[in-house]
Amino acid sequence: MTTTTPTRKRAAKSLVPGSDSRAFWPYLIPGLALLTVIIIVPLLWNIYLTFTDYRGIRPPEWTGLDNWEKLFSDATFWTSFGNSIAMIAAMVVVPTLLGLVLAAMLFDLIGKKFGGRIASFLRATYYLPQILPAVIAAIVIGWILRPQNGALNQVLAAVGLGDLQHNWLGSPDTALPSIMVIMIWVQLGYPIVIFMAALQRVDPELYEAAELDGANWFQRFRSITASIIRPEIFVVTLTCTIAALKVFGPIYTLTGGGPGTSTIVPAYYAYSEFFQSQQVGYGATIATALTVVIAAVSIVFILVQTRLERRDEEVTQ
Amino acid sequence: MAPLEQEPAVEVARPATPRRRGGRRRKTLGDWAVLGVAVLIGLLIAVPFFMILVNSFKSPTDYANTGPLSLPSELYFDGLVAFWERVDFPEKLWNSFYISGIVAIGAVLISMLNAFALGIGRVKGRTWIVVIILLANMLPQEVLLYPLYFMFKQVGLYDNQWAVIIIFVVIQSAFGTYLLASVYGTFPKEILEAASLDGANRWTILWRVVFPITRPTLSVLIIFFFIWTWNEFLIPLTFLVSNANQTVPVAVAVLQGDRLMDVTTTSASALLGLIPTLIFFLIFQRTLTRGITAGAVK
Repeated sequence: MTTTTPTRKRAAKSLVPGSDSRAFWPYLIPGLALLTVIIIVPLLWNIYLTFTDYRGIRPPEWTGLDNWEKLFSDATFWTSFGNSIAMIAAMVVVPTLLGLVLAAMLFDLIGKKFGGRIASFLRATYYLPQILPAVIAAIVIGWILRPQNGALNQVLAAVGLGDLQHNWLGSPDTALPSIMVIMIWVQLGYPIVIFMAALQRVDPELYEAAELDGANWFQRFRSITASIIRPEIFVVTLTCTIAALKVFGPIYTLTGGGPGTSTIVPAYYAYSEFFQSQQVGYGATIATALTVVIAAVSIVFILVQTRLERRDEEVTQ
Repeated sequence: MAPLEQEPAVEVARPATPRRRGGRRRKTLGDWAVLGVAVLIGLLIAVPFFMILVNSFKSPTDYANTGPLSLPSELYFDGLVAFWERVDFPEKLWNSFYISGIVAIGAVLISMLNAFALGIGRVKGRTWIVVIILLANMLPQEVLLYPLYFMFKQVGLYDNQWAVIIIFVVIQSAFGTYLLASVYGTFPKEILEAASLDGANRWTILWRVVFPITRPTLSVLIIFFFIWTWNEFLIPLTFLVSNANQTVPVAVAVLQGDRLMDVTTTSASALLGLIPTLIFFLIFQRTLTRGITAGAVK
């Protein structure tokens, strides 16, 4: 039954011996049917709207590529994408790197030397912001940062740094950095939880062997930890990048994209065109452009991931 | 099915962790420094939570006199009571719980079926199928609002909690499928071979072999889905217009616009909005330890 083909040809074979991969199609039916109704149809509808002038009341009026031309010369749109880069730094780069170090620290050092309880308590603490609804987080952060009697300014005054008091979210120079710090705070727990779970797969003997070979902590971390938990690093990086590109809630609740356009992001820009300016056709165009960018990033990402997996499979076989 | 149930590989999955080895327990100064840094980071992260807690029990005058950081001079419950009564909190709590619970279970189910076909079934073109499914996660949610509004109006699901449930089952299961498909892709072949030699068909293999072995991962997904759905705002705000259908975050946010609310009631509303997910997380946080990839047997 087991026809082991030593060739590199990717036969359409399932992991269950004797089961053709086609026989697994029925399992995809519920998921793909729901996906079609809830995601694919609205997406196509939305793409249609990008070619129309639609104000939400009268039926859409076909205008061809007008919206798309407007988009490419729209400075606000480009600003919003520039801010997306800042969001990626705050929601992907910093949390993933810091999360890797903290997860390894908790698991490898604190967990082993001070006990698993302390490690899981700290992990739970780091995860706290993730369980806070964005709306509620915004209320709290709103007080902390507000110019009059906000907690941060009060603390600064109390420790004699009153000169540093600032309207953190209200002035163009600090609004974006403030949001970035908040997003790091929100995001950090997610990679830590996933990485710590992944670390349990690492065979402790590998570490000991490396230790005997004289590898220091960082070398062990890089060559063992980081390589074994690579699938999780991929999952975290991709999902956080998607989240960063379409971030909406914190902007909506904290700054509304302001002051001016200093904290505007594409999702918020699309939303304000939809519901504040009633320019549904143009809002749809912004949202579609954003979707294209996210899809492109994700596809490149998943292709790289698949290629690496396949290479690993060949190595281990 | 007896031979399948006593799966030897499950034990292999949990290698005895070497707890006590020579010198493992010695703590150097550096270890204490690392612990100190970790605790400090934890404190910094927890500060806003401390503020919610402290200010929920202050009277507005107390707050005005002493600011947001001090402890309340006396315990004051009117803010909590005011919020509880004004939004009919038990009703909102039940709405959130009902929606998030059904979404968590439904999305895990769909993720598992998808991942079974993609990861274990290795359906042709699976990379692209994953990309298409991930679309649900990629789209900015604003894209969905207009079309879904019209569609749900047509079928009479507008202002119905099932509208929100269906949407989030699809969105959450996209993440679930992506993660689970890659976990199932590394599922130990020997176990599947043994099962199929015993004459198990695909459906049996899914429920008797794959499901039990990857249960830790599935429970992590349930927790994530529950909390993520609980915290959602834009779609519940749009599709649950009547007060009786709203979720906790929507109720909190709607009250925010109410000028009559003072800071301490706001804080109390934040506290009440947070506690349910906090309790849920504390009960199930151990499950997170057991790992997202606990099914990965050598």
